[in-house]
Amino acid sequence: MNLLVNGNDLQVPSDVNTIADVITHFFEQDPIVIVEHNGEILEKNHHTERIVADGDKIELVQFVGGG
Amino acid sequence: MLTIGKKQFNSRLLLGTGKYPSFAIQKEAVDVSETNILTFSVRRMDIFEASQPNFLERIDLKNYDLLPNTAGAKTAEEAVRTAKLAKASGLCDMVKVEVIGCDKTLLPDPVETLRATEELLKEGFIVLPYTSDDVVLARKLEELGAHAIMPGASPIGSGQGIINPLNLSFIIEQANVPVIVDAGIGSPKDAAFAMELGADGVLLNTAVSASHDPVKMAEAMKLAVEAGRLGYEAGRIPKKRYATASSPTEGISI
Repeated sequence: MNLLVNGNDLQVPSDVNTIADVITHFFEQDPIVIVEHNGEILEKNHHTERIVADGDKIELVQFVGGG
Repeated sequence: MLTIGKKQFNSRLLLGTGKYPSFAIQKEAVDVSETNILTFSVRRMDIFEASQPNFLERIDLKNYDLLPNTAGAKTAEEAVRTAKLAKASGLCDMVKVEVIGCDKTLLPDPVETLRATEELLKEGFIVLPYTSDDVVLARKLEELGAHAIMPGASPIGSGQGIINPLNLSFIIEQANVPVIVDAGIGSPKDAAFAMELGADGVLLNTAVSASHDPVKMAEAMKLAVEAGRLGYEAGRIPKKRYATASSPTEGISI
């Protein structure tokens, strides 16, 4: 399956089924992450239930230092 | 006590979290500043870096209210999206509307700032718009329902201090919501001056993070904000053209 993650077209393994799987696939620990799935901003408690499909557009954002 | 919306804060110093030399120095600076409100930006994660150290993990989030900004937005729509992303973290309900209209000066776009403020208020956010020191715009933002007005002292990161104290004082006089002087503060003197003008708070970042000793400067800013506020509450003496003796003029023995 291919996903467009933060502007990168990437192939992910077949065991990546949900948004939570996507996060685990890319990051070591459970980071503070905010997810936009096909233009829809997700509440954190929806990460485990939201299914991803081939071609989906996913944005993973976080808080960084700023003024 | 600073009141924004229904929230009360002991500190009148709001601190940015950008451009510190290290997380360790930043943590110490945040501690000594005794701030209650920390600003952040929202950015894409680097998906090619599995380890994602984040300053938020270094602090006890119970002790702070997070004020995400919409920096990077050039339109109201972009600002609204960024604010919604920030809120989806579940960590905050305030937002600093920041819509830049000029890449060179980083001055805010007044029209887009107004539109973003209106939309985010409808969405139920606690909205603190960063604005220029335009007096009429400040009034219009308040009329929309903004929970605080955040006029810049001078361009972001310039450290030029308060270049138009007259406009700032007009904004402060007319406002019925907190006025937080945001951007351009360079030194403790500037922070104290803002507070002496009657500002309800000061938001600064680079003045601390890019100073030679951010921890010491954080403490200096804390003290400056407190001193300025006390001075404002005490009421400064009017300026006179000529001297008035402090010592009695009677009983001089020479």
